[in-house]
Amino acid sequence: MQGFWEQVWNVRIPIAAVLLFAVGFVTLLLHRNLLKKIIGLNIMDTAAYLMLTSFGYIEGRLSPIIQNGNTDPALYGNPLPAGLVLTGIVVSVSVTAVLLALTVRLYARYHSLNLDEIYAMAQKEHGLG
Amino acid sequence: MERKRSLKERLRDWDADAFDLTNEIAGPMHPAPAALPERPKDAEPEDALAAEDFRVLRRAYPILAALLGLMTVVFLLVAVFDLPPFGAAGTPTDNEVALRYVRDGMTETGAVNLVAGVILDYRAFDTLGESHVLFTALVAVLILLLKAEDPAIDDEGTLTLRQDRIVTTAASILVPIIVLFGLYVILNGHLGPGGGFSGGAIIGAGLILYAVAFGFSRLETKLNLGSFRIICLAALWFYSLSKCYSFFCGANGLHTVFSPGTPGRILSAGLILPLNAAVGIVVACTMYGLFSLFQRGKI
Repeated sequence: MQGFWEQVWNVRIPIAAVLLFAVGFVTLLLHRNLLKKIIGLNIMDTAAYLMLTSFGYIEGRLSPIIQNGNTDPALYGNPLPAGLVLTGIVVSVSVTAVLLALTVRLYARYHSLNLDEIYAMAQKEHGLG
Repeated sequence: MERKRSLKERLRDWDADAFDLTNEIAGPMHPAPAALPERPKDAEPEDALAAEDFRVLRRAYPILAALLGLMTVVFLLVAVFDLPPFGAAGTPTDNEVALRYVRDGMTETGAVNLVAGVILDYRAFDTLGESHVLFTALVAVLILLLKAEDPAIDDEGTLTLRQDRIVTTAASILVPIIVLFGLYVILNGHLGPGGGFSGGAIIGAGLILYAVAFGFSRLETKLNLGSFRIICLAALWFYSLSKCYSFFCGANGLHTVFSPGTPGRILSAGLILPLNAAVGIVVACTMYGLFSLFQRGKI
């Protein structure tokens, strides 16, 4: 039992990321409100960033900014995950903006944010219902 | 005088006079349907899957969704236990790539901030694509939300921005500091934490605060759709051109043209400083543009 909890403590950040991912995933699946779905998607993004940045951290090392011209690799953390997360954040901001704009247009047309209602009205409009 | 229309009413009428290309894109074969009549407030919510065929599926959906979520979590948790311990050295991610970046990054790129060196020099194409993703998102929002010019709709947009004493006073003190700090973060991107994306977001936040406090009309003389177009495209063109030369020089021939300089100086690190500035301009414009589009349907 001791070993198990030690193992849990060793991967505490990835576990937190997985739980955060689950929160976002379930929000995305179970809510019918489009805004809440977008919030769920953003929570999932955050979980992915938490996971990625945790890989770049090495205990006792500095952030990857060269201090006093000392380029000893054993002194600094990994600069690569930070760069990848930066890219990811920008992409998620872009996706969120487009999704919100689409939601505004859907609301303007159907006066509803509920996906089921929008779907039903769209079906009726096109004679598929 | 006409009563101030609420946000909901304005959103509802948005489609009527919107800049809407749906008809032209869809062509005469599939004309866009006319706007639906408004439903009474207390109407029964319409249900997409209420039909008899879908009753089982409808009942099962939340259960299936919860099961799917639970399965995902269980599988991910099992997989997570195979990861190396958090914060340990010598993990598979702490490999020769990171070693090379840390050891040679400063001499090769001239950037003290290794993250800036990685994203704007070694992996500059990645960041180029990223800036274009941001720009494409802005264009998509522009297509979706840009309204036709209509003098009947007042300039301050869908939400009435009240000229609040507290907000204007705070903004008049804070906005110069915020913009100055954003400039510092952009220009210091190769020397310390920061860079184009974070600095651009800070400047964008400053512009948004200014617009909220004093109204869009004051910013509009400088930041309208025309100047917006020129600024964003100039920044993106500069970025694209300054990174295309590595096609011709070979990926590692960059520093024969632009010397990395003395690491630690403000004018060093070759092209990283101007690239940071270009990215910062695009990000600041995009932040303000998105806010303005969501707020009042135009820039």
